[in-house]
Amino acid sequence: MADRFPDYDVLTQRDTPSWNAATREVIDARLRLGEATGLLTAVQIATLRALAERIVPQPEQRAPVNTVALLLASLTDATAGEGYRPAGLPPAREAWARGLDAIEAEARLVHGRGFAALPPEAADTLLAAIENGTVRACEWQQLPPRLFWSWRLLPDLVAAYFAHPSAWSAMGFGGPASPRGYVRLAADRRDPWEAAERDDGRLLPAPFRNRHAR
Amino acid sequence: MRADALTTPRAANGRAPDVFEPGGWVPMREHREQDEVDFAIVGTGAGGGTLACKLAEAGFSVVAFDAGAYWRPLEDFASDERHQAKLYWTDDRIVDGPDPLKLGSNNSGKSVGGSTVHFAMVSLRFRPEWFKSRTKLGYGVDWPIDWREMWRYYAEVEEALKIAGPVRYPWGPKRPRYPYRAHPLNAAAEHLARGAEALGTDWAETPIATLSAPHGKAHPCVYRGMCVIGCSTNAKQSVLVTWLPRALAAGAEIRDLAMVGRIEMGPNGRATGVHYHREGEWRFQRAKNVVVAGYAIETPRLLLNSACSRFPDGLANRSGLVGRNLMVQLNQAVWGQVDEEIRSYKGPPSLAINEHWNYADAGKDYHGGWAYMSQGPLPISWARSLSGGRGLWGRALIDEMARSNHSVGLKMVGEVLPYAHNRVTLADETDQYGLPIPRVTFAIGDNERRMVAHALDFMEASLEATGARERWRETDDTCHLNGTARMGFDPETSVVDADCRSWDVPNLWICDGSVFPTVGGANPSLTIQALACRTADRIKELSRRGAL
Ligand SMILES: Cc1cc2nc3c(=O)[nH]c(=O)nc-3n(C[C@H](O)[C@H](O)[C@H](O)COP(=O)(O)OP(=O)(O)OC[C@H]3O[C@@H](n4cnc5c(N)ncnc54)[C@H](O)[C@@H]3O)c2cc1C
Ligand code: SF4
Repeated sequence: MADRFPDYDVLTQRDTPSWNAATREVIDARLRLGEATGLLTAVQIATLRALAERIVPQPEQRAPVNTVALLLASLTDATAGEGYRPAGLPPAREAWARGLDAIEAEARLVHGRGFAALPPEAADTLLAAIENGTVRACEWQQLPPRLFWSWRLLPDLVAAYFAHPSAWSAMGFGGPASPRGYVRLAADRRDPWEAAERDDGRLLPAPFRNRHAR
Repeated sequence: MRADALTTPRAANGRAPDVFEPGGWVPMREHREQDEVDFAIVGTGAGGGTLACKLAEAGFSVVAFDAGAYWRPLEDFASDERHQAKLYWTDDRIVDGPDPLKLGSNNSGKSVGGSTVHFAMVSLRFRPEWFKSRTKLGYGVDWPIDWREMWRYYAEVEEALKIAGPVRYPWGPKRPRYPYRAHPLNAAAEHLARGAEALGTDWAETPIATLSAPHGKAHPCVYRGMCVIGCSTNAKQSVLVTWLPRALAAGAEIRDLAMVGRIEMGPNGRATGVHYHREGEWRFQRAKNVVVAGYAIETPRLLLNSACSRFPDGLANRSGLVGRNLMVQLNQAVWGQVDEEIRSYKGPPSLAINEHWNYADAGKDYHGGWAYMSQGPLPISWARSLSGGRGLWGRALIDEMARSNHSVGLKMVGEVLPYAHNRVTLADETDQYGLPIPRVTFAIGDNERRMVAHALDFMEASLEATGARERWRETDDTCHLNGTARMGFDPETSVVDADCRSWDVPNLWICDGSVFPTVGGANPSLTIQALACRTADRIKELSRRGAL
């Protein structure tokens, strides 16, 4: 789909009254965050990278999201995790390690090569098999596939990706909003610092209007 | 922002954080552990925090413990969903049963101020009949408290929190005017209002615990819309910024980062104090009375973890009901797409409400009530709804997220009946303190399924009436936690009496959402706070009579 918020970048608001100091600190660190080492093996990381590509594919024109780094961080930072887990799933870090091994094993069993080397359609078919619980590799005996899919794989990856400002810009989300907040709450009204949506019928095109989003 | 709040206690050395000033402090009275304080309160949320204030103001000596951190919202809260997970209870818990509950951000907090630090602020009174649902409506169990008494305490809490609400509330008996004027509707709330009118029902601006005019040192709401990740402007009237500053001023002590692991019992069958973990070691505070206010999972867990030779099945558990009758509320939603831009991230998430089906009984094929409210999900939570609730991932998810500003939704808060098999027990695993972790077992019943079907049809009709297309139903969400230590009329069928005092241990009290016998279709926190105010008055009265 064409970018609905051309040239809107929520980061241009960093130094406006929409971002307090705490927010700047948190988001600055997030943008810089690198991938933690020693949590997963090289093969597991390669699988994870390919998996993130399939589940939360990055729109081309947008700044890259460090989804893998964010996901890894949530496996070590006690407050970034969730705590609860369904009976039958091990704690998050263990579940992810087993899950990535199982995805890799499934790819080798069905296609004779690693998950990261699969063409997109084959990768998606394999993922749908996890979603539906129709996978075959024996690694899944240690990890119920549908539980892993709906309680770890999807929510964790989605939460990592949509924690990034690049994802907020692409959806026209106002982003951080303290202390300034918003003034115009009614439908079709927007504050000057919110993203203008592409609408080719308008007199002034969105990129022009978004130049003032600050 | 000071990251140390999670590692080093802030309430210490005779002072506690001033929540209204970055880096500020207020004086705090402290008690020695060997001194027998009048009340040791476990938890500082809607129940415990309110009670701590009221008891301190009545002249009792009070120490209130919370496992969570003591935040100063103005400097510590970022506008960021991921970072603010620091407010949630994320210690290990196991969920099971046919409909395992999603907990974490959705259900429980771990902060001084409890879950109210990140709650959505909807502040509703119960329908009077719910306090006698067995007698008057034919389901559930009766409360041992009369609604007219609760009505008085509701008014007290509404005044203390300066609830902003409509001039005339369309449902239920006459009530006083809300202290502050209602907030304006955002676009999502307008959809609820128009839809309700199209379907021939009333609607109202939601009575909500965020300021529409200044109050003390707190400024009015700026419609930032991030209420459920913690309000960084202090407009939200959480326990942290309302009852607790009052509690401190009245001489209560608060101990943050203090996890209570066990209630100690004396040979005479009375509690003698609490064992708690703070700054890397187990400590003991003596107390004349112990109040448990940890919310509906941690409260039964603590009672069960405090089992001793005299009470091998846990404290206050003669009835076997500690941990049973866990009630969440149904939180299903209908969503759709509209032409206009909604941008529902602006303003508190639930500015309009329809309580019609909490008060109307005809035409239902189920027991209980439900309300629904307009919605304003933040990106991560919305992406999780689309992926988990609608099955979108990959390109489909990214493209749908790009249309978020045109999404509009309605979400129910629906009554779950008390079922003994929905319960909290102890698992074999232990947590970072070495305490057995809770196992939360849950199943939805047929009654609830019928209610959800009705609610989803109704909400969908409302959205259709206001022009929403591509409608879809999010069917597996729940919210709020209640029950697990119900109040009642006798020791065989309940855990505490109408004063929230346990039947088995005369100086052990429970003051939080776990005492609810039934939950109705209204968000619970106003009722929890009203109950805490009532409990404080009862304690004062019992003390005056020498009956504590
Ligand atoms: C996202 C969200 C939105 C909500 N929205 C609404 C709403 O709009 N309206 C509404 O009415 N309700 C809402 N609620 C529910 C409301 O917040 C709770 O019902 C209410 O806060 C419960 O009060 P409580 O006193 O029982 O527990 P809590 O407020 O949760 O307080 C319990 C406290 O006890 C502490 N604790 C627990 N165990 C121990 C221990 N062993 N030692 C030391 N400390 C301990 C915890 O850290 C916590 O701070 C919402 C909740 C959430 C999570
Ligand atoms: S919308 Fe109002 S109550 Fe909610 S976070 Fe913003 S200022 Fe606070």
